Amino acid sequence: MTVRVQAEDFDVGAEYAALTAGRSSVGGVTLFAGLVRDIAGGEAVSAMTLEHYPGMTERQLEAIEAEARRRWPLDDVLIVHRYGRLEPGDQIVLVATASAHRDAAFESCRFLIDWLKTRAPFWKLEATPEGERWVEAKGSDDEAAARWAE
Amino acid sequence: MKILYFAWLRTKIGVPTETVELPAGVATVGALVDWLKTRSDRHADALANSKVVKVAVNQEHVPYDHPIGPGDEVALFPPVTGG
Repeated sequence: MTVRVQAEDFDVGAEYAALTAGRSSVGGVTLFAGLVRDIAGGEAVSAMTLEHYPGMTERQLEAIEAEARRRWPLDDVLIVHRYGRLEPGDQIVLVATASAHRDAAFESCRFLIDWLKTRAPFWKLEATPEGERWVEAKGSDDEAAARWAE
Repeated sequence: MKILYFAWLRTKIGVPTETVELPAGVATVGALVDWLKTRSDRHADALANSKVVKVAVNQEHVPYDHPIGPGDEVALFPPVTGG
């Protein structure tokens, strides 16, 4: 079980290597990396600051990971989420799932990012030419998470 | 009771955290939010639309009918936007 909340950047190659090292039972790994875009709602974004709730963030991510492991046969799960000031092109989040088979790896990775978006206590503040603005939650994110209701 | 505010709730109210003495009769999250609105104009403005004020008690998401007690850590925040 690995959940990390950090200001520092991460190296996808190094994380992938660590996830698979010495694990010959793993048949497939799905990796999702989220990046900062340079445009949102038609406006240029020069920077984004991610605020979070230390303690609750880790707790919620661990609960989401536990739920994924309950639903799919996973050899390992990695969630890395950054906070602080980021710029367009910077990495925000990494979700990786390792399983014997690709279906479990693909589905659980999608589940993790969908649930994370509606449950992990992070908030984005965008810097635009008009000034700073808090990003509003999207209804489409709620719908994506709702698909996973049991 | 310790109250934490995040994102625009924090900036509108003007503090990241405050410690409050819970009046008798305030026993649920919903009652707490209503009572917090009476503390100042800034609170009233920030908490006006309960649809966009989400609550966690002891770091777990909870609905407005969830019970609260003096030792709880209560956080108020807008819908989350991570990922």
